[in-house]
Amino acid sequence: MSAVMPGTALPPVIAPDETPASVTRHVGGIVLHLPLGWRWMSGFAVALLLTTMLAAGVAWLLYEGVGIWGINIPVAWSFAITDYVWWIALGMGGTFVSAAMYVTRQPWRGAVNRLAESMTVFAVAVSGIFPILHLGRPWFFYWLFPYPDRMNVWPQWRSSLEWDFWAILAYLLVSIVFLYVGLIPDLATLRDRAASRGRAMVYGLLALGWRGEAQHWRRMESATLMLAGLSVPLVFSVHSMVALDFSEGLLPGWHSTIFPPFFIAGALFSGFAMVLVLAIPMRRLFGLQAYLRDRHIANVAKLMLAAGLWVDYSYAAEIFGAFYGMDRYEVAMQVHRFFGPYAWVFWSTMVFNVLQIQLLWFERIRRNHVAVFVIALGVLYGMWLERFMLIVTSLYADFLPSSWGMFYPTLWDIGFLAGSVGLFLALYLLFSRLLPVLSMHELRKLAHRHNGVAP
Amino acid sequence: MSASSMYGLLAEFADAGQLRGAALRARREGHYVRIEAYSPFPIDGLAEALAAPRVHVPFWTLLGGICGGGSTYLLEWYSAVIDYPVNVGGRPDFSWPAFVPAALEMTILWAVLFGVAAMLIGNGLPRLHHPLFGVPAFDRASDDGFFLVLRADDPRFDARDCRAFLESLGPLSVSEVPG
Amino acid sequence: MSPLDRLAQQVAEAARTVAPQRPPTFDAGAARRRLAAARGPVFWRSLEELSDDEGFRHWLRRQQPQLAETLAMDRRGFLKLLGASMALAGLAACSRPPQGEIVPFVQGQPGEAGGLPRFFATALPRHGYAQGVLVENHSGRPTKVEGNPRHPASLGATDIYAQAAILQLWDPDRSQAVMHGGTVATWDGFQAALLATAGRMRGNGGAGLRVLTGTVTSPTLSAQLDALLRRFPAARWHVHEPAGNVSGALGTTTRLHLERARVVLALDADFLLDPAAGVRYTRDFVATRSPERTGKNMSRLYAIEPTPSVTGGMADHHLALESYRLQAFARALAGRLGAGGDVAAAGAMEAVSARWLDALVQDLQAHRGASLVVVGTTQPAWMHALGHAMNQALGNVGHTVEYLDTVEKSPAPGGTLADLAAAMHAGTVDTLLALDANPVYDAPADLGFAAALRKVPHLLHLGLYRDETGRRAEWHVPQAHALESWGDARAFDGTASILQPLIAPLYDGRSAHEVLAALLGDEVRDTRALVRRQWQEALSDDADWAAALQAGFIEHTAAATRTTPRFATASELEAAADANAGNDDAQALELLFRPDPTIDDGRWANNGWLQELPKPLSKLTWDNAALVSPSLAGQRQLANGDMVALELDGRRLEVPVWIMPGQAARSVTLHLGYGRHAAGHVGDGQGFDAYLLRTSAAPWNASGLRLRKTGERYPLAGTQHHFDMEGRDLLRVGTLDDYLRDPAFATAGDRFPEPPPSLYPDRPRGEYAWAMSIDLGSCIGCGACTVACQAENNIPVVGKDQVRRGREMHWIRVDRYFEGGADDPRSYPQPVPCMMCEHAPCEVVCPVGATVHDSEGLNLQVYNRCVGTRFCSNNCPYKVRRFNFLQYADQASAALQAQRNPEVSVRRRGVMEKCTYCIQRIEGAHIEADKAGRRIRDGEVVTACQAVCPAQAIHFGDLNDPHSGVAQAKASSRNYAMLNELGTRPRTTYLARVRNPNPALGDEPA
Repeated sequence: MSAVMPGTALPPVIAPDETPASVTRHVGGIVLHLPLGWRWMSGFAVALLLTTMLAAGVAWLLYEGVGIWGINIPVAWSFAITDYVWWIALGMGGTFVSAAMYVTRQPWRGAVNRLAESMTVFAVAVSGIFPILHLGRPWFFYWLFPYPDRMNVWPQWRSSLEWDFWAILAYLLVSIVFLYVGLIPDLATLRDRAASRGRAMVYGLLALGWRGEAQHWRRMESATLMLAGLSVPLVFSVHSMVALDFSEGLLPGWHSTIFPPFFIAGALFSGFAMVLVLAIPMRRLFGLQAYLRDRHIANVAKLMLAAGLWVDYSYAAEIFGAFYGMDRYEVAMQVHRFFGPYAWVFWSTMVFNVLQIQLLWFERIRRNHVAVFVIALGVLYGMWLERFMLIVTSLYADFLPSSWGMFYPTLWDIGFLAGSVGLFLALYLLFSRLLPVLSMHELRKLAHRHNGVAP
Repeated sequence: MSASSMYGLLAEFADAGQLRGAALRARREGHYVRIEAYSPFPIDGLAEALAAPRVHVPFWTLLGGICGGGSTYLLEWYSAVIDYPVNVGGRPDFSWPAFVPAALEMTILWAVLFGVAAMLIGNGLPRLHHPLFGVPAFDRASDDGFFLVLRADDPRFDARDCRAFLESLGPLSVSEVPG
Repeated sequence: MSPLDRLAQQVAEAARTVAPQRPPTFDAGAARRRLAAARGPVFWRSLEELSDDEGFRHWLRRQQPQLAETLAMDRRGFLKLLGASMALAGLAACSRPPQGEIVPFVQGQPGEAGGLPRFFATALPRHGYAQGVLVENHSGRPTKVEGNPRHPASLGATDIYAQAAILQLWDPDRSQAVMHGGTVATWDGFQAALLATAGRMRGNGGAGLRVLTGTVTSPTLSAQLDALLRRFPAARWHVHEPAGNVSGALGTTTRLHLERARVVLALDADFLLDPAAGVRYTRDFVATRSPERTGKNMSRLYAIEPTPSVTGGMADHHLALESYRLQAFARALAGRLGAGGDVAAAGAMEAVSARWLDALVQDLQAHRGASLVVVGTTQPAWMHALGHAMNQALGNVGHTVEYLDTVEKSPAPGGTLADLAAAMHAGTVDTLLALDANPVYDAPADLGFAAALRKVPHLLHLGLYRDETGRRAEWHVPQAHALESWGDARAFDGTASILQPLIAPLYDGRSAHEVLAALLGDEVRDTRALVRRQWQEALSDDADWAAALQAGFIEHTAAATRTTPRFATASELEAAADANAGNDDAQALELLFRPDPTIDDGRWANNGWLQELPKPLSKLTWDNAALVSPSLAGQRQLANGDMVALELDGRRLEVPVWIMPGQAARSVTLHLGYGRHAAGHVGDGQGFDAYLLRTSAAPWNASGLRLRKTGERYPLAGTQHHFDMEGRDLLRVGTLDDYLRDPAFATAGDRFPEPPPSLYPDRPRGEYAWAMSIDLGSCIGCGACTVACQAENNIPVVGKDQVRRGREMHWIRVDRYFEGGADDPRSYPQPVPCMMCEHAPCEVVCPVGATVHDSEGLNLQVYNRCVGTRFCSNNCPYKVRRFNFLQYADQASAALQAQRNPEVSVRRRGVMEKCTYCIQRIEGAHIEADKAGRRIRDGEVVTACQAVCPAQAIHFGDLNDPHSGVAQAKASSRNYAMLNELGTRPRTTYLARVRNPNPALGDEPA
């Protein structure tokens, strides 16, 4: 077989000289043999530091109360919810890349899906701590779960927060399962390659005794297809719930039917950005150029651009809706966003989410990994600001002018955000050294299909 | 050694194509029924070549979805209408559209869990020991080795004939798998 | 053994481990910490435990040398002193019944259950004047004050101070022990000192003895003072009422009859907040403001004032004039009305004033006998003379205004604080007895009172707090609170009340009567006996006495009315003619001193409820600021919170500014009462001390102010930041013409009918449908409802920092909106409690069902189910929900726990709370009705805000009863629902405000 996919002029999704064995050597080697190295160490140190800060913050929060944040009446939600929406959205791009690409049989998926799935799991896990910590009494978060109770108290099923609780629950579990099922064959590889008996034991237990029998593979592929097929609607529903957390409210700026699609677009947008922000350094760090090709980066960049345009459209639609509907409160809210005390948030959002991504139209930019990396970072920042704008500029000035009031973040607000980033990085860096960052069995299949038998 | 103390005979092949061919012939010409093929990545058509029965993962997935969604919706209805109806914002006790989201999420979650469970149980996993792990060469089944196994409990199994038959398929090697 | 036995055994073991094995030793450090933190009653396990400890003695020597020496003395003596200093407070916490029999307002059943509240009638003096109140008593603890419906100064309502009195009573910062210099002493010791004083005085007839009090209306105290002055002819009694009528009493008290007035002109007169009669005047005034009742005969109020007041906020026409221009205007008006004054002055008027002059003359004369000119206490004597003259000229005397023989006891000439200070400087004062007065803090700066004190050998001080004066005193005696001791006082109209104690003194406090009795060597020392003796002939038999106690006042004690003020009209008017010369320089600034709208002259500075109660117009809390006009702010580039240096004849004070719409261009207002340093934990260091600029010559309006921006900034804590309604129809107002043309003018513009259409089937109404109606035409925005609610519902005080963060906890707030130009806008108050929406947005979004509806239409908040998502608050369009961001409720101070309403749960950190329509009162009524097997009657459930409202603006009750007060109110054509278009179907609705402008003046806000 040729190194180029039959019938296309596209560059190959895997280096021509790769074989199943070389895949095992490279990818498995990262886990089994590669020394930690100062770059990984320093990165992990920073991540740990931030995580410690988060831990301290959580302790202080539990002791003192959510009053340590800048929230108030009317702005009773702010950073915590912004962070939550931001993180869970980052997860979505991951699931989407992996699942949608699988369902549509995209050959280049193989190299990025593990990266994306793991990113999803950690992002969702990190996002999950915010809805709990932002409660006035976090230790009672389980009251959202229906359990038999002699006082017959049940959750209030009409609340979008209740819906969201179930969404996060389902999403977290499904994304963990999704990641794990894909890992099983690779765990078997590690089991069989592990130098020390101890590691062999651990990987062996996790591999569940996988042997790679033909019928097993078939069931595995069938299950994976089910998982992927279900993950796509799951991702969409989850983010629709997140959107409903706001649009169920009657606040001008929240009470809007376009929120679910708008949020999904935003989630994919930032999700793709996150994939890029992780993939580009990882590729250098672990020398994965053979599998994570320029084409992969460029493709994800294109997806990011597409999602970005979708987001930009919804901005336009929202503004148009406000002025077309001429609802007094909606219009006032929009004017506040443009020119109010938080106008800088709105305009920065425009710069990062609308203007800068237009650069991605140019192939030269897409091929320049540094440029793509920087743009992706910008998108992450822009999407955080967008959520902040959405929440705060809707709350701080609603119906009764007498109750209007500003929100000013405290150091703790910022500390929790930074800390959550640290926690995510720490988890991801650990993962990158304990489990294969790429799906070996899928790469083997690719190598087999494109490079045929190694002589 | 006697067939009883043996799991079967293991033959290694150079690549996926040869393995598939060997599997086909083992069934067609050797008329063996207890054949197993192992590979480091899924090989299209290999299972069909072994005439393995079709898998039921999709069915269980569907069932899981129905159970999850149904039970959740039922719980919502029971708790909000039968067990403890209370006036919330003047909405009807049975606010059926508002009950859909939670049910939907549970539909998907249960479907996934059932599907994966069906896969694992169907594959007889987790199974932490297996005779094949006793064969040193088999390690490469998770790297770049392609193996065919004729199991000893096959009615037509006979150690000598089988070995001869396997040799005839042009393997890299043939080795016994102690039971 | 059986599980039960095992359990029993475990319990026994647990008990053993808990029980102390050996007597615990005492840790000095802990004691210091505990005492340092000791506010209010402190509990010791045992005094011996303290006294027997070496470390404690060390500590004692360092802290209180004199007290340490007493350790040498016998154990009982030591215990007595230590007890006096610390333990008494602890013991006091188990509140004893008061001495002497007190009589409940409504006699309870004999042997009635302890848990049920009982009401006692008494009176609370403010500036000496009595306000009749009913005090709710929970098993011996006074927890809430209501107005006395039969008392002329209350008619069932109260002002904010009567409400806050409860917190003052239980204030842990109150003085808790007799102090001699810096050390704890005893009442016996103090009595010995008084004996010595009397001894010193016996020789010289009391020369050198001075007594200082506030305004005195108490017959008992008056009698005692007379006795004192008889016993010591050379002694002097001085009166100092810092925020009272310090312009020199006119010998008459003016009694307004606003209920009879059709046209009222208020000249810098805030009569609705009058310390003595404000509550009554408010009721009388609003009676003339309801178009349903008055039709086209609605009254019209003109207000001319240099700084906006609550009364000015109710005016149909408001004119902001600096006080000197105001006085010129008054003289011109008097001239035109043929009441002396200065006819020529009219010529010098600028356009606006001239137009006003014509309109006023026309309108006043058109309503002879039904008009009224009111001059504020902050105006000089001659202005009052002008006012009296104008009312006489308009034939109002005897109709809308009467004069009473003055109710307060006036001292002999030379009885002012200035005279006292002069004597002190002269060194002729040997002993100064300050009864419930704090001159060191609130004396005008020019008197140099604090300095003069150095020349006074003996300062004896009686006060609720060991305040600025108390700390300078040789002897300080804790005063018994008005709710703790017997006494008497007169109301604004002379009606006398007997004060009965609701509880024994918490901190061994004494009354002024006891002190004077001791000084006089009176054989009767017990306060009750002194008061009883005073009323012996009036209430000869005990039945009358009991009746008086039960009613809360004594029948037929109102002062005789006269139709002429007792003052030399002619001479006063001459004074008027040549008065206020030199003030006409248009560029000069004037500084106005006014009592603070919430903490008054400073005596309430340590009251958290009042500190956190937003000022009616600026909505500031916890601070005073220099109120400047928008135009002045424009000239000097001043923004809210900019620090400025105020300079007034050589004295200098740096204060932050607040831009006050409706402030006269050249007037700067500074409220008294702040900048205290011996008020207590709450009041110390808040705000800025205006007394440092105040002089006895110009106590209210001082000219020649210099104002300079310093460039620094100061954080002010306001509860409202946006006073413009943004053209939204939240608060609806129309003119009387609008109303007469279309009585339903308020809802004419609504997009939807009320109730608006809904997708959801209506739920059946329960047996009751509670609802509230708030009449914006009556509400004056005084804030009494906010404090009453805070007292009734155990609402915590959060402090300035938290208010700045937007976390105040008030369940009912009073919004303030300004309409028209900033220079002289109209201003409207709007009380906002929970709307109890039938389709409540807050309920739908709560994931745990912590806020749900009950069958009677109440939007319930289930504290112990709340997890604190705060979505309900976000989704509340009225923003009435309040969240415990931190642990706000004080769980530590025993005294504050004793103060709380036992029927309302205290909320913990992390839960949402809000107005409940006083559900505890509803439930109480339910129980009573169920016991009697009947329905709850209309008026049986009265919410705290409704009960306190002097304007009766709030109606509450059952909508299912078409005859209920609230149903009637909602039947009014002025009824509208705020944000009706959102479909929330609020149960709390408003009655639109109706103004009655004078067509001659046009209706454009300035």
